[in-house]
Order: sequence, then structure tokens, then C-alpha cells
Amino acid sequence: MQLDAKIPSGPIEKKWDKHRFDMKLVNPANKRKYNVIVVGSGLAGASAAASMAELGYNVKCFCYQDSPRRAHSIAAQGGINAAKNYQNDGDSIYRLFYDTVKGGDFRAREANVYRLAQISVNIIDQCTAQGVPFAREYSGLLANRSFGGAQVSRTFYARGQTGQQLLLGAYQALARQIHLGKVQMFPRTEMLDLVLIDGKARGIIARNLVTGKIESFIADAVVLGTGGYGNVFYLSTNAKNSNATAIWRAHKRGAGFANPCYTQIHPTCIPVSGDYQSKLTLMSESLRNDGRIWVPKQKGDRRPAQDIPEEDRDYYLERKYPSFGNLVPRDVASRAAKDVCDDGRGVGETGLGVYLDFGSAIKRVGEEVIREKYGNLFDMYQRITDENPYKQPMRIYPAVHYTMGGLWVDYNLMSTIPGLFVIGEANFSDHGANRLGASALMQGLADGYFVIPYTIGNYFANTTLEKTDLNNPNFRQVEAEVSARINRLLSIRGKRTVDSIHRELGKLVWDKCGMARHADGLREALEKIPQIKEEFWNNVTVLGSGEEFNQSLEKAGRVADFLELAELMFMDALEREESCGGHFRKEYQTPEGEAMRNDEKFSHAAVWEYQGEGQKPIRHKEELTFEYVHLAQRSYK
Amino acid sequence: MNLVLYVWRQKNAQTSGQMVRYDAKNISPDMSFLEMLDVINEGLIAKGEDPIAFDHDCREGICGSCGLMINGQAHGPKKATTTCQLHMRSFKDGDTIYIEPWRAKAFPIIKDLVVDRGAFDRIIQAGGYISVSTGNAQDANALPVPKSAADQAMDAAACIGCGACVASCPNGSAMLFTSAKISHLGLLPQGQPERKERVLNMVATMDKEQFGSCTNHRECEAVCPKEINVDFIARMNRDYLWATLTYQKPSSKGGGE
Repeated sequence: MQLDAKIPSGPIEKKWDKHRFDMKLVNPANKRKYNVIVVGSGLAGASAAASMAELGYNVKCFCYQDSPRRAHSIAAQGGINAAKNYQNDGDSIYRLFYDTVKGGDFRAREANVYRLAQISVNIIDQCTAQGVPFAREYSGLLANRSFGGAQVSRTFYARGQTGQQLLLGAYQALARQIHLGKVQMFPRTEMLDLVLIDGKARGIIARNLVTGKIESFIADAVVLGTGGYGNVFYLSTNAKNSNATAIWRAHKRGAGFANPCYTQIHPTCIPVSGDYQSKLTLMSESLRNDGRIWVPKQKGDRRPAQDIPEEDRDYYLERKYPSFGNLVPRDVASRAAKDVCDDGRGVGETGLGVYLDFGSAIKRVGEEVIREKYGNLFDMYQRITDENPYKQPMRIYPAVHYTMGGLWVDYNLMSTIPGLFVIGEANFSDHGANRLGASALMQGLADGYFVIPYTIGNYFANTTLEKTDLNNPNFRQVEAEVSARINRLLSIRGKRTVDSIHRELGKLVWDKCGMARHADGLREALEKIPQIKEEFWNNVTVLGSGEEFNQSLEKAGRVADFLELAELMFMDALEREESCGGHFRKEYQTPEGEAMRNDEKFSHAAVWEYQGEGQKPIRHKEELTFEYVHLAQRSYK
Repeated sequence: MNLVLYVWRQKNAQTSGQMVRYDAKNISPDMSFLEMLDVINEGLIAKGEDPIAFDHDCREGICGSCGLMINGQAHGPKKATTTCQLHMRSFKDGDTIYIEPWRAKAFPIIKDLVVDRGAFDRIIQAGGYISVSTGNAQDANALPVPKSAADQAMDAAACIGCGACVASCPNGSAMLFTSAKISHLGLLPQGQPERKERVLNMVATMDKEQFGSCTNHRECEAVCPKEINVDFIARMNRDYLWATLTYQKPSSKGGGE
């Protein structure tokens, strides 16, 4: 497997400009001759599909939801970063770049991150022009707030529904292109495999979720914007149907999978309340602007929060990290919460929770101001927990939220399969080992609006594509494989439901590859996973047939892929003998319990190459060089 | 708690459906409504029976996928709450609950509780956007928007497109949904150039998709999980009248250099 990141030469601030000039163009009349498949309609997918259609390409866009407007980007609450420096507080493109590389614990590619920071300012302009109702000051100008890992206010927001509003902006741009006939939309259609011809990505096999029909679609390039794999944990803040099938199938067809062990545990989620729980709900990181996190100083202090006086409270983030306080990055905040709970000082019935307290903020600015800023989040908290956060502190606990790992891509966002581009959370590119808050929306839109429309043209201009059609034997063969797999799932008729096996898998991944990992646990997990796989393929039950609307069948296919992906996560976590960002190995920590990197041995992206069923995949390396950001132990003290 | 459920079961669009009784036992009041259905489905699968199909995804009240008629009320008894955010503590032990899909001519049933809301997408495609291609934008702060306008636009933009408004309207009208988008864009300076065409085209599509018209029942507002105000419907009607009277088709002469 060749890993050429294709990073342009020259000083970092000139690389993207230079590259844009060096790339070949496709003239407007010729763009009409190219067909592109976009899978996924979230921020990355919808913005890419719309932008490429605007340029003239013929786009087919697929999503499993009943409408592209429902992709899970919609659930992002807090905001989107951009280096506008509207607040005059010392922000700059360079600072956003620096914060992101540092926040990612020095495991991201500098050139990509710099480009992301550059483009961030265009995203805000574009979205505003589309009518995204960002929060504004009384002057009519845009408002900002702060997020974790930054000391400037650079986060733009639309109440607690920023993801929704940005997605609706991209969805509307997409709707316009559908209306103009440049995008053909396929809702309720799930990609089940990738088709290569002559070594290049040329199409997909998809299942119509309403009729069950398996169909082939051909194109000149395929773009995956299918999100992350957080649901490998079963319980996560992802939507119930978010899945890794598209990227996993592409991986099995030859796309390198980078850093699968980099997963993000978000510190502020509503704690688990029972075994029946189907998903976890996030409380926006923006709450940490005004909320103070604490636990009792004494172990086993069961007094209600309001009866615990100030002197018996431990505001542990403010104590340990005085300069960033409650706004330390997510990985740091999550681990700190785990530590105090492991220490027996957790709150709530399960002891797995910490307080997020707005008492002092309400005293300082009044309940009205807090309501205006966070009202919808407070309402949501109350609906779920039946507790009033204006009167008593919220209880929160970390939960799986985002996956930094994903398919490896070069600077052009192309995977190791020519013609297969991967954008948004589905790729591994910009966040290193930990993503900063409000950066996922930024990356998804940067990739879709401003990177892929350029780089895909360069690919077409430099590539000779074989003339082919759906009768090509490769289409026939992959289609047959997809049908065979569905038939196999339907013919097992065992005793276990898909969900029960998914839960079992999720618990294993959370216990052994969650907030803290250890070689012993990972080895144990690697022994356990073949047993769960075997249980699945021999004892799962999927009722009904393949020729109908069948939600159990949809789930079964996704869980089968999660089982394989989990194994790769364990391997990757085991091989990475250091702690960095979201990957915390207990064996590698500083005396104060902070993550200890090993830059000499692990300053690289680990890229896994699939070798076939039952074969150990090969681990390749893309060495990361840091010319601009000085490697250091991250400090937020 | 123990409950009796009557759930609409329908194999597909071609067959007719019926209400089927299920007993829900040992339900925790802290479960969400959909988690309660998950439990029922696990039981059905164990017995070899086809589980109940229902749309759902984010389960945090924002994607708009879920939507059930619960005892005749869209999204159930709790105000400003989607089905996925409704918790069983809103019911009492021993209650009987009737669960049906959205019922509207424009939303044909796919299976059980799942309906096709594609008509909503087609309304948006008819003009629910600002035609600004990527790269066209000026600096975001070059065009100040009064805070009151931005806030009001946001109130309208909060719509999640779940379809509860249509399902609860005796006329099956989509006017709350359509007016929310028209108002969101029409309240902003960016939305002015296409304001007339937008309202004319979106309303025409709404009619074509067989949604009914508004006769001021205000059921839509009462069930809307995002509390979208019916004032937006009045605003749309004003825009529509104004556009009907004053809209001029752009003259389309070709040429140039």
C-alpha cells in the first residue's frame, strides 16, 4: 500500500493556494460529462453534492434516512469554529491551526489543519449568505462564544442547534440542485459495497430500504461522507442508525483505515440510567462556558448537591488546570471525570456522574441570561431526567461522541483507492488524536464546500477512465456477493436478537477500549471478539425477507461490520504503545496522570491494510512531521 | 408499570392494516417511548413475530425522523416534545395507549408506523433556499441583520420537518411547515431577492402534493415539538397575496458579448 500524502511544497500558508493553481481544471462544458456518487447527506455529503452540482458535475446522492435533512450532523449543538477574529481577542488563522494541532495531541497532518483553518472563514461567509440564522449581537453583527481548548472566542452558533441550522443550509443548497436536475437524490437507500474497475472506484451497490431491491450505480468517482463509527460502542451520542458499513466495505475493497483507536469520549452527556437505554444524549460543551464542574471532596458523600457547602466541593478541573479551568479539551475533561468517579466520589444513583453547576452563573448574570443562552439544552435535560437544572446542578458523565479515526486520505481527500474520496468524520484527516469542540462542523463543511470541488476536478483531469457500464462483470460479482450476504443473515434464524449482540459488543469495546486502555485488556478483547462474531453468525435471528422494508436486516448488516471494525480498533490500540489524545493507555502516563506520548516511535498515522477474512491486516505508517508547531507535552494548567 | 398497547400494523402500502393489541410489562418510567417500543420488539422477535416498524434516528428530538400518533395526539401528551423525547413517566400504570402512524393523504404509509414524507422535500426543492452557490458569499459581517429579525428567523428555522403539523390538522395541511421555511428566509435580508418567487412556488407545490388548506384550527401549533407559531402562516399568506399581485417574471433575453 502506497501512502503518499501529496502535501504541496512551500511554506504552510501558501500550500493550498499553490496547490489550487497547480491542479488541473476541467472546463465547464466537460464537467457535464462526469458523474459523481456521493454517499451520505450530512454536512460533508450535502455540501459536497451541492457544490459539485453547482460546478456542473452530475451527482447522485444517497442517504439511508427518509430525507437528506435528517443526517446526524443535525444533532450538533454548540457551534462552529472560524478564525474570523471578530472579537479582536487575538485570534488568527495561525492560532486556530496551532490550537487544532495541539488539541489533537500532535497526531494530525499540519498541512491539512492549516488549510482547514484558512477555509474556516469562508464557511461562515457561505453559511450566512445561505440564510443560516447565526446568533447576533444587538448591532446586528455575529456573536461568538468560547469552546474547549481555546482561549479566544471563535465559535459561531445558532442557539443550541448549530448543526441543525448548518445542515439545513447545506440541505437547501442540495434541494436547489435537485430541483435543477443536477443532483438525483436517493433517500432510504443504503450503500452496501463499493465496486472497483481497473483498480479505480467506479460505483456502489445499494439496497433500496423500502422495496429491498439491490441495485448497482455507476460513476466516475465515489465520495463517502458517511460519518464515524461511534456506534461500535452501542451506546453513544450518534443517531441509532449511524453506521460504518460504507467505510468498512471500502476498507475491505482496499482503502486503508487510519487510526481506528482514536475515538472521542465527550465529557458532558446525560448519565446512563438503565439497561434498556438505547442511546446517550449530549449536553453541549458550550455549557462549560458558564457551568462549573465539581464532585464532593469526601468519598461516598450522598448529601443532595444543594446541602454540600462550598468548602466540601472539589471543583477539580479548576483546581488541576487553573488557566483553562472548565474549558480544558474533551479528552482531558473526560478522563478527569472518570478519575474522580473511580475514586468513589461520583454522584447520582450509579456513582457514574459529576455535577455541572450553574448556581454561580445564575447568581452572577441571572436566570434569564442563562435561559437565553442555553434554554433548549436545559429543557432537554429536564425532559430526559425529570430534574430542573435551574434549581439543582446537572449530572453529567462522558460518552462516546466522535471518531477521529477513519479512512486514510491524502491532501486531496482521496483514499488509497483511486477515485474514492472520503470527507467529513468518515476520513481521518484533521483532528489527530482528539478533536476540539466546534471543529467537526468546520471540517465537514470545509471538505464539502471548499476542498472536494477542486480536488475532484484535478483527479478527472489527470485520469483516463475506462469506458464501462453496469454489465461489467465486477458489478455483477459484487452485487452477487451483497445478495449472498443478505441471504446468509436471513437464513441463520438463531436465538439472539441483533441488538443483544450489539450491546454485548458495545460493552466489550467500552470496557477495554474506552476512556482508558491497557495491553492486558486489549489482548483479552482480541480473544473475545472471535467468539462474539461466531455467536453472531450462528445464533442471530433476523426475521422477514430481503425483499421488503426490514429494519432488523438493516441493523444486522451494520452490526456484522461493527464486529470486524472493533477487532481492528483493539489491534490498533494495542500496537500504539503511547497515550495521546483520546487514546489513553494506562501504562503510559506522566506522574500527574496525563497522557504521555512517545514521539520517537509513534509520531505517525497508523494505516491498516485489509488482507482478507481471518488474516491479520498489515499496519503501515504515514510519518508526521512538525515544521511549524513545536512538539510538546500538552499543558492546560 | 404495565400497559396495554394497540398498535397499527400494516405490512406494506398495498395491503390494509389493523390495530393489534400488545401487553407491555415491567416498563420503567425512565424509559423513552421508543425504548418502550424497543422492548416490545425484542419480545416479538424472540417469539418469531415481525417487529413493529417505526422511523427513528437521533433520539434527541432534532432529526425529525420519529413521529407517532399517541392516543390521537401527534407526538403524545407532552408539550414541545418529540416522540423520542417523550418518557414513560408521562403515563400511568395500567394505561391503554393507541399508537398510529401519521395519517395524511400526502404521507402514504410504507409499513406499520412508517410513512413517506417525501412531499416535504419537494416543497423545499420548489424554492426553500437562497440561490447562492459556493464561493459567492461576501464577508459575513458585511450585512448586519437586526437581532430581532435573526431571532425571529431562528424561531421559524427551528422546524424539524417531522410532519406532526400535517398529521394533526383536520385538513392535512402543510402550511405551518411551509410557512416556517418561507418566514425563516423572508425575514432575512439575504432572502429578499427571491422572496416572491419562493412563496409562489412553494405554495403551488404544497397544493400539488395534495396537502389541504388552513382553516385556522391551530392544531399544528399545539402539537409542534418546536413550538412554531401559527403567526408564520399569516405571514406566508400576506407574502403570497403580495407576490400574486406584484410578481413580475424576469425577462429572459439571451445574448451578451
